[in-house]
Amino acid sequence: MSVTATELDHHDDHDHKPSGFLDRWLFSTNHKDIGTLYLVFSLVMFLIGGSMAMIIRAELFQPGLQLVQPDFFNQMTTMHALVMIFGAVMPAFVGLANWMIPMMIGAPDMALPRMNNWSFWLLPFAFAMLLSTLFMDSGAPAAGWTLYPPLSLQGGNSFAFVIFAIHLMGISSIMGAINIIATILNMRAPGMNLLKMPLFVWTWLITAFLLIAVMPVLAGAVTMLLTDKFFATSFFNAAGGGDPVMFQHIFWFFGHPEVYIMILPAFGIVSEIIPTFARKPLFGYVSMVYATASIAFLSFIVWAHHMFTVGMPLGGELYFMYATMLIAVPTGVKVFNWVSTMWRGAMTFETPMLWALAFVILFTIGGFSGLMLAIVPADFQYHDTYFVVAHFHYVLVTGAIFAIIAGVYYWLPKWTGNMYNETWAKIHFWWSVISVNVLFFPQHFLGLAGMPRRIPDYSVQFTEFNQWSSIGGFAFGLAQVFFAIILIHACYYSKKKAAAQSWEGAKGLEWTIPSPAPHHTFSTPPKINKDQLAAGHLD
Amino acid sequence: MAQASGGYYVPHGTKWPIVGSIGLTTAVVGAANMLNGTFSSAQAMMFVGFAIIVFMMVGWFGQVIRESEAGTYGHQEDISFRMGMMWFILSEVMFFAAFFGALFYARMFALPWLGGEGTGLSTHDTLWPSFENIWPTNGPAHIGGPFETIPAFDIPLVNTLLLLTSGVTITLAHHALRKNQRTPLVWWLIATVALGATFMYFQVYEYIHAYSDLNLTLGSGIYGSTFFMLTGFHGMHVTVGAIMLMVITYRCMKGHFTPEHHFGFEAVAWYWHFVDVVWLGLFVFVYVV
Repeated sequence: MSVTATELDHHDDHDHKPSGFLDRWLFSTNHKDIGTLYLVFSLVMFLIGGSMAMIIRAELFQPGLQLVQPDFFNQMTTMHALVMIFGAVMPAFVGLANWMIPMMIGAPDMALPRMNNWSFWLLPFAFAMLLSTLFMDSGAPAAGWTLYPPLSLQGGNSFAFVIFAIHLMGISSIMGAINIIATILNMRAPGMNLLKMPLFVWTWLITAFLLIAVMPVLAGAVTMLLTDKFFATSFFNAAGGGDPVMFQHIFWFFGHPEVYIMILPAFGIVSEIIPTFARKPLFGYVSMVYATASIAFLSFIVWAHHMFTVGMPLGGELYFMYATMLIAVPTGVKVFNWVSTMWRGAMTFETPMLWALAFVILFTIGGFSGLMLAIVPADFQYHDTYFVVAHFHYVLVTGAIFAIIAGVYYWLPKWTGNMYNETWAKIHFWWSVISVNVLFFPQHFLGLAGMPRRIPDYSVQFTEFNQWSSIGGFAFGLAQVFFAIILIHACYYSKKKAAAQSWEGAKGLEWTIPSPAPHHTFSTPPKINKDQLAAGHLD
Repeated sequence: MAQASGGYYVPHGTKWPIVGSIGLTTAVVGAANMLNGTFSSAQAMMFVGFAIIVFMMVGWFGQVIRESEAGTYGHQEDISFRMGMMWFILSEVMFFAAFFGALFYARMFALPWLGGEGTGLSTHDTLWPSFENIWPTNGPAHIGGPFETIPAFDIPLVNTLLLLTSGVTITLAHHALRKNQRTPLVWWLIATVALGATFMYFQVYEYIHAYSDLNLTLGSGIYGSTFFMLTGFHGMHVTVGAIMLMVITYRCMKGHFTPEHHFGFEAVAWYWHFVDVVWLGLFVFVYVV
């Protein structure tokens, strides 16, 4: 055992937290405080985006128009997506990266601490801009989060605000990604070789590369939209020699890697949790790394499967179909490895493990429906129906969000020094996992039967499944309010203190330091004992 | 206010990022309101925002320069800065890739289809049966009216030579710095700035010529869109690069940098080579082909 660095910390005069509120939170350069800011921001956005989903499900409870105007319904679908993707899921992952990566690799902080502050502090401004459009006379953007022209160019005053808000979010993401790459490549403690890093660190390294590669492409795409609307360019105007389909190509060149940006860190979280509670090293560690890299590479060459019905040449349809199906291979490797990690493990089912298990099963369902959508002739039937909505909510809610919740329960003891209430957390889990399936599973049937997405009204034969879905939606939404209560309780009122190694089977440097983690950790690089490492079975 | 924490320098507390966020937000909210025409002082708001950004950059970079000159940064910090710059330049490459992609897509797919190539694509037959795909074009509706283009082997060729030469001069400046020959260092840097400024002079001249004599504008269909957006964003990057060059020239005159420790210089040189390479792509694909 060697916990030398942390012992040293207690004698370090610089270890005190900044005393003033502004000094601590507004001017912070501390990876833990900035991580907390990200996570709190993400939770707030999750609840705001969730309220929008509640409005959508309330309107869809029965056919006909009852609660909201169709245009407002479209604003809700658009804003729900933008808020959840850029405000909830991505900042949550960056928050987890901020908190955990320096502690996992034995670094004193992020490589570029001032820029880290800016990465976060752009987001509240960007989302204030985005949400302010809800209060404009012409309303929020209503053309869908994909902003397809020409429809998106016909919106009101919100348009320019959305474009600039996306620019700010993009700058934030790129700076965050640069920081994460520099931290991982430059700040590892001696002996923390690349192939000894925890898988969460690996998946984030690859995700950060994806972010740097594609966020600027989104910036370019929305800049072209802006100039088409305000400066008379013709990028997406066929009369001027451009092409509205071109926007879709550029957008999805960003958009497809973006969906992996939202799932690869989830893979990393689950790959930390399952070995802990199976009390076995991760099965196939190296193949996990290569599978992650393969998925990232493939994500760049499959984008047009989002646009099979747009009118592509047959060769394009075939290529994008086969390339998309290839992704099932590395993804299958991952699922196989998670299951094999549990094989003959000494399993216990604390809350983080329950969420991780639900992730493996439900994310796989989302993966299978993705394979169905990859088949071009079948996609002609599924395209723009609720089947697609069901598919991407299985991968994003029961995939990304479930993994984030799993990670929060798993690492919260390390952050706060307190244990959450296990009974409440288990209630939260079962409540969520049942309601989320009531919410999204019927949407498969609705889509197969032909119900289109992004429409506030529907034909009467879809009523029953929609009512199931809405009931599941309200229940799932309420469960997440309960989640917020559990978190507040755990942070401020919980009497149960967490040990340094909060989970019996947990491995990794983060568990060698006290709970709560001191304000500064690893001011001098720790000596790495290979028994402490999750990937220690390598040698 | 900043303290070295153990081995790696972790600054404590920084006000500049929040100033930057306020500046950026002021600028883009001003710009959005200006575009929407919602209130008359929106433009002024935008410029106030830009002023705040400049203030932030001077303050933030100034602080880093002072820390660097005080010897705060060691080898590991140096690598962090290098990685930061390297990946930032990659993100810039991808930003330009979006616009190059638009140009290639329009020329390889959109325009041939509008001209009647391919099967099952009926836009040509039903809407514009008389449209022929001949580059340069402003599309079947002749958006922006008839226009002429700027020949490649005229000012653009001169500009290519100017930028390539500036790549040589900044390398000579770098060699001088490594040999600690301060006078040639400063003169080679001044030559680089002068070449960049001449490039920008010709670009502005060319834009005025295009708008006033050739009727080639941002609104000249897909040709005008790709031409001005690609060369315009490149010109903005050259301007930023030239400002960065002026800053390091001034720093060299003040005696900053040592033959071993001069990442600020190298970062600017990397950036300058990057705008140089983008220009080569522009020259080939926007002007020549």
